Amino acid sequence: MDPLSLALIAVLTGAIAFLLTSDKGRRGLELALRSLWLHKLRSFLSMLGIIIGTSAVIILMSFGEGSEKDVLDDIKRLGTTNIIVRSVKPPEDANSNMRQRVATYGLTYDDMDLFRTIPAITRMVPMRIFPQETRRGAKGHNSRVVATIPQYAEVNELKPVQGRFLTEDDEALMNNVCVLGSETAKNLFPFEDPIDSSVKLGQFAYVVVGVLADRMPTGGTGGSQAAEDFNHDIYIPLSTSRGRFGDRIMIRAAGSRSMEKVDMHQITITVQDIDKVRPVGTMIREMLADAKRHPRQDWALTVPLDRLELVERTKANIRQSLGIYASISLLVGGIGIMNVMLATVTERTREVGIRRALGAKRSDITFQFLVETMVQTGIGGILGVGFGCSYVFVHALLHSMPQFSFLFQDGSPSPILHLPSITWSLTTAVGVGVIFGIYPAMRAAHMDPIEALRHV
Amino acid sequence: MANEVLELEDINKFYSGTLHVLKGIELTVREGEFLALMGPSGSGKSTLLNILGCLDKPTSGSYFLGGQDVSTMSDAELSSIRSRYLGFIFQQYNLLPQYTVVENIEVPLIYQGIRLDHTTKKRCEALAELVGLGLRLDHRPMQLSGGQQQRVAIARSLVNRPHLILADEPTGNLDSKTSVEIMVMLARLNQMGKTIVMVTHENDIAGWARRIVRMRDGNIESDESNEPWPLPEGAPELPVHLLEGAA
Repeated sequence: MDPLSLALIAVLTGAIAFLLTSDKGRRGLELALRSLWLHKLRSFLSMLGIIIGTSAVIILMSFGEGSEKDVLDDIKRLGTTNIIVRSVKPPEDANSNMRQRVATYGLTYDDMDLFRTIPAITRMVPMRIFPQETRRGAKGHNSRVVATIPQYAEVNELKPVQGRFLTEDDEALMNNVCVLGSETAKNLFPFEDPIDSSVKLGQFAYVVVGVLADRMPTGGTGGSQAAEDFNHDIYIPLSTSRGRFGDRIMIRAAGSRSMEKVDMHQITITVQDIDKVRPVGTMIREMLADAKRHPRQDWALTVPLDRLELVERTKANIRQSLGIYASISLLVGGIGIMNVMLATVTERTREVGIRRALGAKRSDITFQFLVETMVQTGIGGILGVGFGCSYVFVHALLHSMPQFSFLFQDGSPSPILHLPSITWSLTTAVGVGVIFGIYPAMRAAHMDPIEALRHV
Repeated sequence: MANEVLELEDINKFYSGTLHVLKGIELTVREGEFLALMGPSGSGKSTLLNILGCLDKPTSGSYFLGGQDVSTMSDAELSSIRSRYLGFIFQQYNLLPQYTVVENIEVPLIYQGIRLDHTTKKRCEALAELVGLGLRLDHRPMQLSGGQQQRVAIARSLVNRPHLILADEPTGNLDSKTSVEIMVMLARLNQMGKTIVMVTHENDIAGWARRIVRMRDGNIESDESNEPWPLPEGAPELPVHLLEGAA
């Protein structure tokens, strides 16, 4: 909880405590409620601005929170202590003699050996990724082969729903085994249990040892990372892929084919703690920038932590603009209330006169009308909070139910209740009550009692 | 001679600088008096009553209420004087519509800073009973007749045990039968020692007072004692035992 909301809560509870415990406060509160009850419709209508204002704040902030969580989840899936280095196919310069029959680029096993000299690195997970049709009898599935080592499961927090992931033994023995992504499994084995069956990748058959759970595709946040759907993957040991497929990969596209020689498509590097992420990132960048190793820029480095911090920073900006919208709507609500209170004061001129004659001081009258405005904005605020929270709740509920998916755009965020905005909007509403209540209350207090008594 | 409740010395009141409404008024009211202030409209009687009620201040002169000079007091001090020493009865009754009978009687106590509790409530109920509204404690002003409302106002004017009750045309909105009831009630209160200053323009009503002050053009024209109307045969006695505890 940030200090601002804490301070606001303290002020609010102080005011409520005063109204409830002191004799004068309690009487003022009761009187205000009665006066408002006397004109129910008018009180409600004048509260409407505040109701809309507070619920708007809560709904806006909750949507902000929801979309922010989507982004953060995306980043956290990549891991905050991770550094991701990928091979990138550099643009071919058409006129140079650099053109090769086999495109050779990207991260090499030498690079990986070099990274091993950095002590802060606790784990490196290399991957080779290439498209390859997976066959089982007559059935085929266009899947993405991911050749990697067993630690891949730890880095990506994968849980097999059936069987197991790749093991050290698979890697050491170059076993012909594979683990299927959920969609791959569903396509190839619509009815049967895939475990211990075999599928064919290229010329060789692989025994299925495990099936993974459905995995949320990444959104490709920030642009430097492509969106990925992992459910069509098929995982095989890295050593097996080198043995069976060799270092060259044939890519067949419509009407053409190309050869690539890429040692590794991606290395996910895990660093021992979050403070070392940046220095290690810099070291790796420097190592790769060496022109002897990589004459062209054929690699890309992603530090999810950087993006996390970028999001944290944009968060503050979003908050600020939402705060401005909220202030405007509450301001409008406050003016509405002031307007009604001015009319009320005029209408109750006689009451003011009577009270003054019976001994009320100016301060008593000010207090009375001020409490009335505060109660009005307070109730409006509470109703607004109630409405805002229920809206967020219902929206999130419908969003989570597949049968209502037609209501929402794809990828639209589900709101998450933003708790600080409740106290924030509530105290602002009451604050608006004080600010906009002062003028009408003072006007009532400074009426001439004799004139006021004569008022019809 | 009884104690002086109030004393006016050379009270002048100007409106908008030039309009001379009260011209050097000298007036003393003693404890237990029942004074009727009469005069045609524009004679200054209402202005005088407002000054007596600490709702207005004289332009010059001194006003001693219970020995204190109130003519120089601030607005807040005057409010406090009103809540402690004065009781008001108006022509329009001036009850608060959102309150019940008992709650209306309680209002002056609120502004005296007295904590409302069981005891004060009992006292207000006793006062309501005193004015004959013991069965209507929870009624709201709208549910009462004019006479009943005025009785609530009388009970309200007694709740702070005032030195002085100020009545501004208390029967102005009532029919003659109800007027008599109200005046009998005021006369009884006066018999019990309450000091009352009443503004009226009806001779019939003024006849209930023991002293009649007539005003004209901002001056006191005459100031004479009066033999008040006898209380009518069979007029109800006020349940004095209630007043002892209540007011």
